[in-house]
Parts: sequence; C-alpha cells; structure tokens
Amino acid sequence: MSMYESINGRRTFIKKMAMLSAMTAAASMFPGIVFASEQEKGIEDNGNLDWKKGPCRFCGVGCGILVGTENGKAVAVKGDPNSSVNKGLLCVKGYHQIMCIQSKDRLEHALVKKNGRYVKTPLNEALDIVANKMKSTIDTHGKDSVAMYTSGQSTIPEGYVASKLMKGAIGTNNLDCNARLCMASAVAGFLTTFGADEPMGCYEDIDHADYFVTWGNNMAEMHPVLFSRMLEQKSLRGAKIIDFATRTTRSSTASDRSILFEPQTDLAVANAICYEIIKNGWMNKSFVEKHCNFSKGITNMGYGLEDNYKFTDKPEKIDFEAYKEFLKDYSPEKVSKYSKVSVKDIKYLAAIYGDPNKKVVSFWCMGVNQHTRGTWMNNLIYNMHLLTGKISQPGNGPFSLTGQPSACGTAREVGTFTHKLPKGVVMNEKHRKLAAKIWKVPYERIPSKPTYHATEMFRAVDRGDIKFIWTQATNPLVSLPKTGRYRPAMEKESCFVVVSDVFPTPTSDVADVILPAAWHIEKSGLYGNSERRTQHWNKMVEAPGEATEDAWMFIEVAKRMGYGDLFPYSKENHVEEIYNEYKQFHEGAKHGMAPLEVLKKESGVIWPYVNGKSTQWRFNSKYDPACDNGEAFHFYGKPDGKAVIWQRPFEEAPEKPDNEYPFWLNTGRVVEHWHTGSMTRRIPVLHQAMPNAYVEFHPDDAKKLGIRNGESIKVSSRRGSCVLPASINERGLPTIGQVFVPFFDENMLINDVTIDAFCPISKEPDYKKCAVKVEKV
Amino acid sequence: MPVKSYIAHAMTGKKEELMQALLSFEQCEVIPAENQDVVALVTDTPNDMEEEILKQKIEAIQSLKLLSLVSGFNTPQN
Repeated sequence: MSMYESINGRRTFIKKMAMLSAMTAAASMFPGIVFASEQEKGIEDNGNLDWKKGPCRFCGVGCGILVGTENGKAVAVKGDPNSSVNKGLLCVKGYHQIMCIQSKDRLEHALVKKNGRYVKTPLNEALDIVANKMKSTIDTHGKDSVAMYTSGQSTIPEGYVASKLMKGAIGTNNLDCNARLCMASAVAGFLTTFGADEPMGCYEDIDHADYFVTWGNNMAEMHPVLFSRMLEQKSLRGAKIIDFATRTTRSSTASDRSILFEPQTDLAVANAICYEIIKNGWMNKSFVEKHCNFSKGITNMGYGLEDNYKFTDKPEKIDFEAYKEFLKDYSPEKVSKYSKVSVKDIKYLAAIYGDPNKKVVSFWCMGVNQHTRGTWMNNLIYNMHLLTGKISQPGNGPFSLTGQPSACGTAREVGTFTHKLPKGVVMNEKHRKLAAKIWKVPYERIPSKPTYHATEMFRAVDRGDIKFIWTQATNPLVSLPKTGRYRPAMEKESCFVVVSDVFPTPTSDVADVILPAAWHIEKSGLYGNSERRTQHWNKMVEAPGEATEDAWMFIEVAKRMGYGDLFPYSKENHVEEIYNEYKQFHEGAKHGMAPLEVLKKESGVIWPYVNGKSTQWRFNSKYDPACDNGEAFHFYGKPDGKAVIWQRPFEEAPEKPDNEYPFWLNTGRVVEHWHTGSMTRRIPVLHQAMPNAYVEFHPDDAKKLGIRNGESIKVSSRRGSCVLPASINERGLPTIGQVFVPFFDENMLINDVTIDAFCPISKEPDYKKCAVKVEKV
Repeated sequence: MPVKSYIAHAMTGKKEELMQALLSFEQCEVIPAENQDVVALVTDTPNDMEEEILKQKIEAIQSLKLLSLVSGFNTPQN
C-alpha cells in the first residue's frame, strides 16, 4: 500500500494534497517553519506502523528521520525526536521524501543501448557488459582511460568500495565526485589552515552563540532545520543573526541585519574585518602567539579556464608585522569603495567578531565554497576566528555547512576525490602504504599523483582521453558548469557511459548502460553529516524490480574483472563488513569511528569517538582527548600543533559584467527542491509548489528593461543561453545589476550559461558569478 | 464539494486558541506549525455557499490575524 493508496478515497487524497499545499506555501513564506506532526495525520491506523530510524536524504544537515512502514511499503516520514540534530523537526523536503520512490518512471531494470534504443536487460547481463567494457578499455588504452564519478549521496560503504576498486584494484586515481562541486573549497580551507578536515564544532554551538554571521548562505531555504534552531535561540535568548550576502533572501528577511556586498568582494570585506580587529586591539594576543602561524601563498593563480590547467600553492611563512602591513590595503574606507558595503557595516561586523564577551558562529556553504577563490575565503573566515581566539568552544567557531547528506561521510572521510585515500592523500607514501595494507594490494599499485578533478574529468571525456566513465547517484549534465560543452562530450562514441541512478535524468539519457539503483531506505548504509556525525540505518523496504545498492553493483563488477579476492563481502552483510574494514583507517583519538553496534542504537554519533564518547569540540583540550601539547588548544592537524592565519588578497572574478554582458548571474537552490530536482520534482506537492525555474530581477532593472513577471527571458553568456520566466518581487531580491536563477530544472538548463572557472587550489567551480545579458523573447 | 486550503495566521501567542476555535468547526482540519504562529487549514464543505458561510465564521475568530487562501479543489459528490 503506497502513501497515496493508504488514504481512502479520492476526496481524502485531495484533502491531504490541500494540506500539503498549505504547508509548502507556509514553508516558502516563513523561513524554517516546521510542521512536525504532519506525517502522522491522514495515516490510517498509525499505531500499527513500524517506525525505522535513518537519516534524511536531502541535504547535509543530517536530520534524523523515522520512516513508517506497513506491509513492506514506506508510507510515512516523521522527524526523529531522539536525534539531537533536528529534535523531531523536519523541513518540507524531509517529510515528503519517500513519495519519490513510488514515481511511475522509477528505474527498476537495467537498460542497455542497442542500435540507438534502450533495451530492458537482466541486471547480471548488464553488469557483465559493464565489467567487460571496463576491462577491455583498460587492456586497450591503459588504466587511466577509465573513470568513475560518484556522489555525496553515496553511502560510506559505496564510496569505500568505489575507492578500493579504482585506486586499490585497478590502480588509477580517476575517481572524483560531485562534492567537488560543493565542498572542495571547504576541504582545502580546513587542510591549509588546520591540517585536518571538517568543522571543529557541532550543532550544539547554536545553543550557545550570541551572534550567527551567515556568509553568502541562505540557510532558511537550504538548511531550514538549522535555521529554525537559530530562530529559536533568537527568540529565547536574543541571539542575533547577521546575513552577509549578494542577494536578499528568506534568510535576510528573518535576520536581525542584512548586509549586501558586491560579488567577489567578500575577500576584501573579510580582510577589512581582520584589519579592524588588529587596529582596535581586539586580537587575542596570547591565543595567536601560542596557537597560530602566519603564511602567504602564490597570488594571481588564474582560474582554470583552460584544459589541463595545473596549480600547486607554495606556502611561505611570514610574521605578524608583514601580515599587518598587508592588511593596510583593506581598511574599511578603502574596501567600502568597491564592496558596496558601508564603512559602518564593516565596522559593525568587525565589532561582533572583536567583542571578547560575545560568542560568534560563522556559517557558510555554497556562497563561499563555489568561488574562484573559495579556499582563500575559507581561510579568511578562519582568520577572524583565530585572531580573536573564538574557536573550538561551545558557541564560538567557524562552521562550514555541507550540501549533501554524506559529502562529509563519504566524499571527504572515505575520500572519493582523485587526491584522497580513506586516510590521507595519494601523494603521501605513508598513507598509500596504510591503504595498501588494509586493502591487501601491492603498495606500488596505488598511483602517487592525482589525475582528474570533476571539471577536468569531463573535459578529458570531451578530449577523448577518458574512454569509459561510470557515474552514480549524480546528474552531472545538469549540475556541471558549462554543460553545453559536456553534454555533447558524453554523447561522443569515444566514451562508453554507465549511469547508476534511481530515476532517469539528462545524464542517463546519454548512457550506454543504465543501472537501476536502490534508494537510500531500500538498502542499509551509513552517511556522515556536517557536524562529523556518522549515521547508520538498516534497509527499511525492498527496492522495486532489480534495483540494487550501488555498493553491491561495484562488487559484482569487481568480481567479474578478476578482483574477487579483494572484495570478499557477502550480499547479506556487506555493509557491516565494509564498514568494519573502513573503520581501521581511522583508528585513534583524532578520527576514531564508533563501532557499528553503537551506530545501530544511536541516532548518529560524532567522531572522533574515543573511550565510548563523542568529541563535540575538536582541538580544545577540555573536550578533545587527542590534544596532548599541555595547552588549552592544540591544532594537531599541523606538525607543530599551530593553525595558520593566511595572507590572502582580494582578486577579481574571471568574468565581470561589461557592456555586452551587463549582469552578474548568480545560481543556487530553492527550499522545495534538492539540487538537480531528479527526486524532488517527482514529489507532487513540491513540484506543484515550485514547478519550474525562473530568472529573478531587481524591480528597478525589470522596470528599466520593461520586463514583467512571467515574461520569457533569454539569459545568455559567452557560453550558452537559457530561456526562463521572469520573477520580480517573488522569492528573492537580487541587487541591481544581478540576476538569480535556480538550477533544479532540467528543462531550463542554466548551467549551459555558467562558467567552468574554478578555485585553483580546491578545483571547485564558481556557480555564483559570471556575466550575462538578458533579452525578452 | 469544495476542498480549500489556507494558511491561518494567529495573533501573536494565540496559535493554540486559534486552533481550538478552528477545530470547533467539523469542516476544518488543522495542522499547527511548531515554531510559528501559523496554522495550515483545510476546509471541506458540501457546496460553495456553505464554504462561504464557514469562511465568514473563521474570519470572525478573534485570535485570527489573517487568512490566506492557498489552493481550492472542487470534487464531484460521491
């Protein structure tokens, strides 16, 4: 019995839809609004449902969900009251999530392209084709001619076997993932400043902070449950929310103060805040002297616009006086001129960070990460917290949020990036030796050089260098920047394309083989969220047809390729067996993972898990048993135990509005849809609430151009164009000279327009800034 | 047979009062928001006239600040 079928009669169904419409409308009107009891309404015989715990599939917050099953079908979702993440709350996407798995166009069987048509094929036969093709491609063109592109939605075991297959068995680093598009700058920021990835704090910081400063981060729509927790603290304790952004959003209107800046100048404003902190004597001298170094790196790095672009930073230690001298270019008066942030507002922000009696949490996500200087921006936010010593304490700290449910757990911790291993990086001999030992492969087999990051991987497909690519749980032909290049690239006969997914997408449209994947509650698995919380769930319902967990499809292909001895897992217990093998990589006080039996009981456990206890605040000896320098703080990710305050300048964006292309284009998400919409657009109430993308204008620009709401507008860049209806004074308000387009709509591909420039250090593309023109059509 | 959905905005701190008032009408189903003075409301009436009468009664509730229509459906009588 499906969610719909469980409701008696069409009229009851319509009432249910009407209620969902009201709640969805409310969600778009009130940032962070929560209707926790919704799922229990309208469900027959609620008492007989079997409620099973797991994490939410949509976003990196990692809310705990309880899925109600009846007669083998998922019929309801509610927030898990035992989860400290969401305390029983869920957002509009969260409580509707299971509706998508009943979509009529669900991929239930493998499809193989034969003579230009997809032919339903037994899964075993399709996996034979995939394995044979992968093997013959390696035999003919070498191991670096095959590639795999995975996801922050893949589970930890899925990411682990993908890494083991590519790096340990085949011996190529041609593995990257879609977290490159959202989190790579955060990783590079953490590693360059602290030598250890992921936030030092946890969501409990929200309960202690006096100020929340959100950097280019529309949390009301993208992280609604966390924003709801912030609003609660605003109401209970008078905590203040300061929204620092390039566009007025639901978050801005719910904040105490909204400060707008010119795109790219966040670099300069962050430096201006540091200038003020030092100038006004707000620096925590003893903290800085004991726990920080100062460094600078290479500047004018370029933007990676050309194929085969390479960059390696060369850090150079500097002293405090040199840093102070550097900041002289960033006085509020100087920065105000080009950032369009008033001197008063810059000083206001600096005073928040500088006040020793106020606790501050900085939150950011895509605005900072999807930035051609994303690593620098991450470094600069850390600078503010390090200069003031406001870090690694309850209510004080920089907090990088993730976009996907396991961007941390899978992409970052397992390491499904080209340069990563489950512990450490491929460039490090010690790390390669550890991986080889646990994987039981010759150490020489793991290559020591990274190969392709996401953008370069698809460029290599276009060039014909990659001749076989396998994507899982991701939709690059909607999500990559400049998709206009990569769609024809993937259609070329030079590359054999395998796509594993739950639903058909524009990416599966170009596949040679489509593999039917199980949705997350149709398999057991583990995710890792933004606060280092590992969450386990057991399979709740059977997947339809031959839909299968990605991990098991990898294992089957590995066996067919002759690597069976490296993948001795059983079909029934492979999740447990893989996790227990993976866990060995992280043994010790710095990253110890909780045993599976603990994860099975708890609604997630934060690592490092030491002596039966989660470590909520890393690097602070009061909370973190890994600190062993005898001081209050120990940034043990760096050999000398000190964090780095980086000298990072303001540099222009690679492309700015000009006479021909006079508008900034900013792209992003909406509360109703998850990324490329392949799941949420199949949830009727969410689709109904936000059926298509749009291009948002400032009313003054719309008036000047004679554009009215709903009129068709062609948005063009030097790379491509996209036609969308105009939106004025609706969801968000861009600044004058800027337009905003959400990217969830596969029928309006705004990423044909975006630029494939990226941060040279993290290789993460910038989706927030390029130049476009707009015309009525 | 109209089915309509609304967002009912309560006067500050009066959400519970508003919910009780709405629940006193058998044609109303409500779900309160956990963290806002807002209630999602669905009305189910036999015809347009009764819907209009119900709407007037709802609008007379003192704890109601604003009633916003979200969607309207009309289903044939079973």
